[in-house]
Amino acid sequence: MKSIAHKQLFQLLRAFCLEMLREPEVLFWGIVFPVLISIGLGLAFTQSAEAKFHILIVESKPTAVDSLLSLYGHEGKHKGQPAIIWETNDKALGKTQFDFTHSDWESAIISLKRGEADLVIADTPDGLRYRFDPHNSQAQLVYMKLSALLQSPASHDADTNIAVEPLELKGVRYIDFLIPGLITFGIMGSIMWGVSYTIIERRSQKLLRRMVATPMRKSSFLIALMGMRTLMNIVEALILFLFAYLIFDIRIQGNIAALALLFLAGNLAFAGIAILVSSRTSKTEVGTGLINAVQMPMMLLSGIFFSYHNFPEWSISAIKLLPLTAFTDGVRSIFNEGAGWEEILIPTIALSALGLLCFAIGMKRFKWH
Amino acid sequence: MSQIEVRNVVKTFKDVHAVKGISLSIEPGEFVALLGPNGAGKTTLVEMMEGLQKPDSGEILIEGKNWKKHEKDLRKSIGLSLQETRFSEKLTIIETLQLFASFFNLGKERINEVITLTGLESKTKAMVGTLSGGQRQRLALAVALLNNPRTLFLDEPTTGLDPHSRLDLWNILDGLKKKGNTTLILTTHYMEEAETLCDHIIIIDEGKILREGRLKDLLDDKSRNLEELFINLTGKKLSDDDLIEQTK
Ligand SMILES: Nc1ncnc2c1ncn2[C@@H]1O[C@H](COP(=O)(O)OP(=O)(O)OP(=O)(O)O)[C@@H](O)[C@H]1O
Ligand SMILES: [Mg+2]
Repeated sequence: MKSIAHKQLFQLLRAFCLEMLREPEVLFWGIVFPVLISIGLGLAFTQSAEAKFHILIVESKPTAVDSLLSLYGHEGKHKGQPAIIWETNDKALGKTQFDFTHSDWESAIISLKRGEADLVIADTPDGLRYRFDPHNSQAQLVYMKLSALLQSPASHDADTNIAVEPLELKGVRYIDFLIPGLITFGIMGSIMWGVSYTIIERRSQKLLRRMVATPMRKSSFLIALMGMRTLMNIVEALILFLFAYLIFDIRIQGNIAALALLFLAGNLAFAGIAILVSSRTSKTEVGTGLINAVQMPMMLLSGIFFSYHNFPEWSISAIKLLPLTAFTDGVRSIFNEGAGWEEILIPTIALSALGLLCFAIGMKRFKWH
Repeated sequence: MSQIEVRNVVKTFKDVHAVKGISLSIEPGEFVALLGPNGAGKTTLVEMMEGLQKPDSGEILIEGKNWKKHEKDLRKSIGLSLQETRFSEKLTIIETLQLFASFFNLGKERINEVITLTGLESKTKAMVGTLSGGQRQRLALAVALLNNPRTLFLDEPTTGLDPHSRLDLWNILDGLKKKGNTTLILTTHYMEEAETLCDHIIIIDEGKILREGRLKDLLDDKSRNLEELFINLTGKKLSDDDLIEQTK
């Protein structure tokens, strides 16, 4: 009896794998696409620091700024218009370039509104004034840098910024944050679409009905489907990791066995959700809607691309309850913070429990025909 | 004991009375045709016998066993093909058969036997997605025959096939009949299929049995063949498909 069950499971697993491998798009979206995204985003966010700001000068007669500019600046162009360029170099913070152009008040305001200029310097009867929107953090940054520069123009050329020491430890770069997120996000997508779609499609083609008209064990079918996706996710995650390792020198600092366990728990959680989602419908449109309804909030809230700590305080404890958040935070802590068994114990149990619960409810409601 | 016993079975979908109290009894080894126009209730009746739909009331026994208590045993002893099943397009014929064989714990020998029986030898490595309609029907038959079923249900096995492929399928089924180990319940719109293959014919329309019996007992001077009998019974033609008549 036991060997029959094994044989069924093996044959189902084999059939699912064959079908998947014969679908070339699957390999593209599952493997090539995440690698491309990670390379693209990784490169975009790891370029060397270089800042360029546009300052407008509104004045009735030459001011102190002009004399400083004639001393430290040089003639150049800003977006095709003649401008005076003042560059400073700082070993720690990188190059900063200010482009100064003269303007009248009316057009200066228009440029500010359009975001073409960061800040306006205007001469008033009381002296020079900086004009900008104080709620705009970019403008604030420009104001701080520029006012410091104008106060001690000479010091900024001479790499004297000893108070800043760049932090280039492993695990604090954006790419270190991004890669674990891409891995967990990929797992959610691959399982939700892969499992749900396979079920719904087979239901609509009456293949599920044909299969349960045999002595096939229903659980074997679902377990094989989950197993196949998990296998595929292992391959996908390994490939993505390999690329990240080769290109960005990503390392796993924590316990790899713990990571493997957490990985399986995450797969189980999403597989359970996928089975619940697809337990009744035989319309792919309904399936698509349900899958999006599950995925979208997590995609936006779980901190895949940007940290969820920017969300309002009250929402964070709720966000932390989302399975993708728990999964991603756990995987990140192993990658970047050297976490081990202790730290992942709770997320692993919670994710597995969620997966099993959804699986059980899904099985109960499941419409085989 | 009869192979299949159906007692006063009723099935309603919302406001459609698909099966309105049907009783019948089928003996072991009989080949039975359920003959009726579209919407007569053939599929509903057969799927209730197959344990895939539950009757609202009434009783169905296969070899004396009901579906509720003996589902596991019955699944092992019946074979079936549904009116419309699409097998996985990305698997080959042999892979599909291997998959289904594993549900019955069957090995290579039986797979090869059904391949030979259904004449699919040259196509075993072809993807299901590339098969013609007739080849798909044969695959469905091969899957249905895997477990050497004592009771075989085929729901419109030859619909949409050309006369030649239809004849091929009839020959395969005729071979089974000669062996005598199988009871067959077949639904069809084709008079000729019922006449050539089946000794026991059940004509149903609108969820009820109109006539039932051996072919020669059903026919008389007024109804010289099933087509005429059907027109006399209902005032309408059984099927618009006159392909067979034309090719005769
Ligand atoms: N799942 C269902 N829901 C609602 N109505 C149904 C369902 N299944 C069948 N019916 C209705 O029951 C009636 C009998 O359908 P059934 O499929 O049994 O006919 P059939 O004799 O097999 O017809 P065909 O020759 O077209 O296959 C039809 O009127 C059909 O519309
Ligand atoms: Mg039908």
